[in-house]
Amino acid sequence: MFETLTGRLNQVFDGLRRRGKLSEADVDAAMREVRLALLEADVHYSVVKSFIARVRERSVGAEVSKALNPGQQVVKIVNEELIGTLGGPAPLNLAGQKPRTIMLVGLQGSGKTTAAGKLANFLRSRGERVFLVAGDPYRPAAAEQLRTLGRQLDVPVFFEAEVPPPELAARAFEQASKGGYTVVIVDTAGRSQLDDALMGELQAIVRKVPPAETLLVVDAMIGQEALHVAEGFRDAVPLTGLIMTKMDGDARGGAAISIRSVTGVPIKFIGTGEKLDALEAFQPERLASRILGMGDMLGLIEKAEAAFDEKQAQKQAERLAKGEFTLEDLLEMMRSSKKMGPLGQMADMLPGEMGRAARNVPPEEMERSFKRTEAIISSMTPLERRSPDVLNAGRRRRIAGGSGLEVQDVNRLVKQFREMQKLMKTIQKTGGRNLGRMFG
Amino acid sequence: MRQAQKGCTSGIITPMPELFSRWKEGLARSSKATFGRLAGLFGATEIKPDTWDELEALLIQADLGLETTASVIEALRGGVRTGGLTRASELQSLLEAELLARLDPPPALEFPAKPAVILLVGVNGSGKTTTIAKLGRRFADDGKRVLLVAADTFRAAAVDQLQVWAGRLNLPIIAGQMGSDPGAVVYDGIQSAVTKGYDLALVDTAGRLHTRYNLMEELKKVQRVAGKALAGAPHAVWLVLDATTGQNALAQARAFKQAVSVTGIILAKLDTSARGGMAFAIQRELGLPILFAGLGEKPEDLTPFDPEAFVKGIMNS
Repeated sequence: MFETLTGRLNQVFDGLRRRGKLSEADVDAAMREVRLALLEADVHYSVVKSFIARVRERSVGAEVSKALNPGQQVVKIVNEELIGTLGGPAPLNLAGQKPRTIMLVGLQGSGKTTAAGKLANFLRSRGERVFLVAGDPYRPAAAEQLRTLGRQLDVPVFFEAEVPPPELAARAFEQASKGGYTVVIVDTAGRSQLDDALMGELQAIVRKVPPAETLLVVDAMIGQEALHVAEGFRDAVPLTGLIMTKMDGDARGGAAISIRSVTGVPIKFIGTGEKLDALEAFQPERLASRILGMGDMLGLIEKAEAAFDEKQAQKQAERLAKGEFTLEDLLEMMRSSKKMGPLGQMADMLPGEMGRAARNVPPEEMERSFKRTEAIISSMTPLERRSPDVLNAGRRRRIAGGSGLEVQDVNRLVKQFREMQKLMKTIQKTGGRNLGRMFG
Repeated sequence: MRQAQKGCTSGIITPMPELFSRWKEGLARSSKATFGRLAGLFGATEIKPDTWDELEALLIQADLGLETTASVIEALRGGVRTGGLTRASELQSLLEAELLARLDPPPALEFPAKPAVILLVGVNGSGKTTTIAKLGRRFADDGKRVLLVAADTFRAAAVDQLQVWAGRLNLPIIAGQMGSDPGAVVYDGIQSAVTKGYDLALVDTAGRLHTRYNLMEELKKVQRVAGKALAGAPHAVWLVLDATTGQNALAQARAFKQAVSVTGIILAKLDTSARGGMAFAIQRELGLPILFAGLGEKPEDLTPFDPEAFVKGIMNS
């Protein structure tokens, strides 16, 4: 159902081989697709409307660059506008007198308590002395949940039963000041923005302990209501930022666009897992391509870069640039990709069909296939690895024996390798321009 | 506060007036957000091109999604063509009928097995633990002997959360240690339900994103273990969906259904401003009935799903 936008736009522009300016009719057709993509990503109806108007204005008459086809040109404009709307990454504001207060607010189940734990972990690694406050006396065991996280992190958690949250926050702040803590993180109860009594309680907390940061915690899976939720919280308390949680799922997170549009507050962090270190700085480029259904290729590339030995990668890149791609490179690529982390997580970052296909392969099976390939290549001589052409039947039998596998397995690997080699040559020739088809 | 309701064949049907007022109360809290949107639309004198745009806006903003919205509008346009409607106000009842036609009433719940084991599953933060407490109270009020099984051994203090509920509702509970094997807890829970002769065992599981392969495998294992503890268990698997969820709800329902054969949906947090429109797509594509709606945080705020009240919520009339 979620084709990539590039793929769909290419269909729209199919047969349209001419270059030059984009006509109004071209743009109209393209805008229909862009609109659908954004609505599928849960961007709010009214926000989509104004967004499309802006993109249309920029697109009509836009010069199509030589390097791009019209579809790619439109995607480029859409992407730029999205990144512009999402705004740059913003750091936490920790200026002012210590301790500084960070308050987390949001709907029930959006992930505030987990986010509080993650923030505590993040700030402590930055050298801050963190003090957590369990400001949710309503949900059963909410305080216990934060205490458990506090114990795991070795961060103190303040809670007094039967004390109203504003008073609790004030007492916690006083204790944190005395104890020489530098950051106080106040976790609050989940609430609907329509609940006047509970919104009033948030205002009372703000009056007692004015926060340096009031962060709205939003579930990446939220639908159209994101807009009204953000408006409601913005009207009640001075929001300073946004945390998008559960971004490790496959929701496209279009709510970020809606919320940015109505509140203007920057997105500060995204939550990418259940562990306490799964909190990442927000990157507009990544979220933009995700909202457009193009996967998180940047994230994948970054992981790959972090895992690669730079010199090794340099050498490899040079060889690839010359159109040389050997079994040794394949082995090296596989070894580094293992360092990138769990395969399942990488599958989530792949766009469209590729991501879905990858998710359908159990990670264990992928690991097994990795091991088999590794065993086969390891049983080859350096000559065989560099020039697989020498692999005659006798050599293949020897390799199969050496790796404890069948000759068919060796044949399959060689065949797959040939296909990859072909692909690498195409990439090298076109500069990757046709690669988009793979993701269609 | 526990009043017995006798004479209900399914054991869960609340008297209609009570249900309606509860539902209205829940929706009243949210109605001010969009009140008037539809009044303006249907108050207009004649059907204009704008009417269709506004109708589309309304449905998409209720999270019905593109496909459902398009099919509803197509049906309405057809109705206008064949029925000769010209006034926008006449569209209102047509829209209501079209939406209702896309929802099945919840089937009567009957559990011949004793104990019947019900597994609650869902993504993180959808409202499973609160829902299980509400279900426990509802079934207990109907005279069933209910056992709660706290098998979310992953999230910090999830077990404590259900234990607090069990204490408040005066329901027995079998709880695992944090970090222990959820399968083992489920096994113990079901065995205890068998030996002590309970009617129902309600099993809370850890929240998990449906894209996490290993966590979904773990859930499948929990389901298998339930079957080993008692042949035929679990007798029902209910997916708890947060009504504020957008298009991703369908992906969630699809994945959980494929993994553990979900038999029904519970729409939680319908008292917020969200309309829960993804229920239509889930009903259409997966054929899963919506069983209950969560309309507040109190234990009594869970009612059998009422398609008419739900559609009224979307129409806000």
